Amino acid sequence: MAAGVATWLPFARAAAVGWLPLAKKIMPKPPVDKKSRNDEILFVNVSGLRFQTWKNTLDRYPDTLLGSSEKEFFYNEDTQEYFFDRDPEMFRHILNFYRTGKLHYPRQECIQAFDEELAFYGIVPDIIGDCCMEEYRDRKKENQERLAEDTEAEMATDTPLPPHSTHRERLWRAFENPHTSTMALVFYYVTGFFIAVSVIANVVETVPCRPLKGSKKDLPCGEKYSLPFFCMDTACVLIFTFEYVMRLFAAPSRCKFMRSVMSVIDVVAIMPYYIGLVMPENEDVSGAFVTLRVFRVFRIFKFSRHSQGLRILGYTLKSCASELGFLLFSLTMAIIIFATVMFYAEKGTKGTNFTSIPASFWYTIVTMTTLGYGDMVPNTIAGKIFGSICSLSGVLVIALPVPVIVSNFSRIYHQNQRADKMRAQQKVRLARIRLAKKGTTNAFLQYKEEGGFHNRDSDNALCLKNKSSFQHQHHHLLHCLEKTTNHEFTDELTFSEMCMTESVGYHTSRSTSISSQQGVSTSCCSRRAKRRAIRLANSTASVSRGSVQELDTLQVHKTSAGPQSRSSLNARTEDLKLNCEDRDFTAAIISIPTPPANTPDESLPPSPAIPGILRNSRTSSYTHETVKISSL
Amino acid sequence: MGAVVGTLTMQTRQRQPSRDNVDDELEMTMVCHRPEGLEQLEAQTNFTKQELQVLYRGFKNECPSGVVNEETFKHIYAQFFPHGDASTYAHYLFNAFDTRNNESIKFEDFVMGLSTLLRGTVREKLEWTFHLYDINRDGYINKEEMTEIVRAIYDMMGKYTYPALKGDVPKQHVDVFFEKMDKNKDGVVTLEEFVLACQEDENMMRSMQLFENVM
Repeated sequence: MAAGVATWLPFARAAAVGWLPLAKKIMPKPPVDKKSRNDEILFVNVSGLRFQTWKNTLDRYPDTLLGSSEKEFFYNEDTQEYFFDRDPEMFRHILNFYRTGKLHYPRQECIQAFDEELAFYGIVPDIIGDCCMEEYRDRKKENQERLAEDTEAEMATDTPLPPHSTHRERLWRAFENPHTSTMALVFYYVTGFFIAVSVIANVVETVPCRPLKGSKKDLPCGEKYSLPFFCMDTACVLIFTFEYVMRLFAAPSRCKFMRSVMSVIDVVAIMPYYIGLVMPENEDVSGAFVTLRVFRVFRIFKFSRHSQGLRILGYTLKSCASELGFLLFSLTMAIIIFATVMFYAEKGTKGTNFTSIPASFWYTIVTMTTLGYGDMVPNTIAGKIFGSICSLSGVLVIALPVPVIVSNFSRIYHQNQRADKMRAQQKVRLARIRLAKKGTTNAFLQYKEEGGFHNRDSDNALCLKNKSSFQHQHHHLLHCLEKTTNHEFTDELTFSEMCMTESVGYHTSRSTSISSQQGVSTSCCSRRAKRRAIRLANSTASVSRGSVQELDTLQVHKTSAGPQSRSSLNARTEDLKLNCEDRDFTAAIISIPTPPANTPDESLPPSPAIPGILRNSRTSSYTHETVKISSL
Repeated sequence: MGAVVGTLTMQTRQRQPSRDNVDDELEMTMVCHRPEGLEQLEAQTNFTKQELQVLYRGFKNECPSGVVNEETFKHIYAQFFPHGDASTYAHYLFNAFDTRNNESIKFEDFVMGLSTLLRGTVREKLEWTFHLYDINRDGYINKEEMTEIVRAIYDMMGKYTYPALKGDVPKQHVDVFFEKMDKNKDGVVTLEEFVLACQEDENMMRSMQLFENVM
């Protein structure tokens, strides 16, 4: 809860007077505030710089050093002040946190020093205000990355392997970090050489060589010297296959390795050869085979293992793929528009090149990118007009956004990062708020369970003392509300359990005695029951919405210790019986499947005290009405 | 090309709304209220100087501008009741404190209200409660007003209660209340009926004493 809100608590408690005429029960006694009401000024000396503040200010956060009794360890009797041997500049921010409830991060300070101060004073860094949170997170991440890089660099190069590593681990390490051993380095360079050889061979075999004796046509070298080329290809593929198999063997996680980009490239690089071996010399399939040979050029991508720059480029392209895609999309729109216009403009001309709209795409692209091959030209006046508009707009579309795209790209990239960060922070913030909310609700429920209301004598004074007077008063306020409405606060779990016990009614409340004894084993059955119940309820058209929701919460009640005394069970169950509609009753019974603990047909002796199932209500004003669930 | 123009115009449109918000916020923080002197407040209320000082320090910390508007009030009150929805009841409470009916609570209103609740006579407290229940300030509490208030109180309990809120519990609560309060059964409760009925209720009188030492 926020700091300043504590000051409004007396007001909220005073306003509780408004509940008094409506209250069904007597209000509980308020907690007695033993501390003196007068506020005093405390002196805090931090390395010579003297700070003064109200005691109440520090008491706002009782789970920090300054707010709790921990500060007494630093109290100096002679000078009547609290002395801390810490950084006085940082202390200013810490104290401001108490005063305003917002923690700010000073930008000129080192992030680690700040973190250390926070840790000393017992303040969790998550409370940093939104104004400084981004800066704090950025700096922290930067710092962590730098540290991580340093350690990684250290580790990667020189650390020797752990002494008992297997051959597999050593092999993997050799593949990933070639500088570690000479063998790995040799292998690295050999593969690199063979990649280059393979690529050059692919290129050279298409160059026309002098024809054989007796024929006039120029042959590509690949066909003239087909055997040498074939041998070279075989050698390269052998090396690549060997490397791939070795990597596959050494990989710590084979599935992950097989899915990685580099392994896919490896496979694509060597596949065509094997397919070519397997396939017969058939004219029909050789067309497909030729296509496969194209994939051999992907061997060039194997260089990316050897080149850092290529990897960075690939990563960059991947990360700005969405922006490029959008650009492509808008270009496509423009192309389609102009192609359509040109087609219809040139439709009348005889012998025109613009035979269809897709045919006009080529013209549009060539014109817009200012290539202008001249293989397709418009002849009509309208065509020429639109053609010139097309080329002008092409200049604008292509030339103008290029620098914009470049700067856009870096801006969008950073913006995306920031948006993601903010979204994550938002989630964290919401989670924090939810957690704080839950914390206060749970605190009250826990307080009730510990019997805070009933044990007011000095025996339990020790455990009560841990709570601050603010908490006492707040709990008293919530207790007053409970008494006013004659309902108690519970948490979600107990609430749904109770709905189950009430909806299924009398019989099941008896049978749950066994189930509660069996504990966990039946809870899984009840989950099945729940599912079946839901299915059944959904199919039965007549089942009202309320009963479906009640069936949804069918759960076995777990024993929960409660401090309140149990009144006679029979009175309670009678209340329950009258509460159930017949519909709910039957639907629930039908849906309960075989687990014996839950069949209502079993005749069980009614146990007089089923622990923890039903809480004492201690009142007769709980009226019975038809079940109408509105806000389950 | 159209896409490029489109994105450029979209960006300019986004920038403008934020500028308006900043201007609005600046205007709001300009308004500032200072309470009357300490002696005057001490004379008008039943608090001592130290108590007023403590109260003002807390008030000023939360609302540096010196006034509480309804949103802030609801937000503060909601923090005490995280289980449920306290906004409706906070609205009625706000109206009860806002005696001058100008949608804001100054420190004087705040302190006067607290003085009545904590240090006032039984009659004054009951009158304050009556004014809280009487939403439309016509001097009578009818069933609808009472139902509104009671519903607002039950809203604060939230969903997860024991025993579960089944049926129209607020309505029953109101019926019980009217049984007790409406002596002449004319469907409305006047101030006199209210005070009389409350004074007859011993439990209530005893509970009233409990809140004396809240400050």
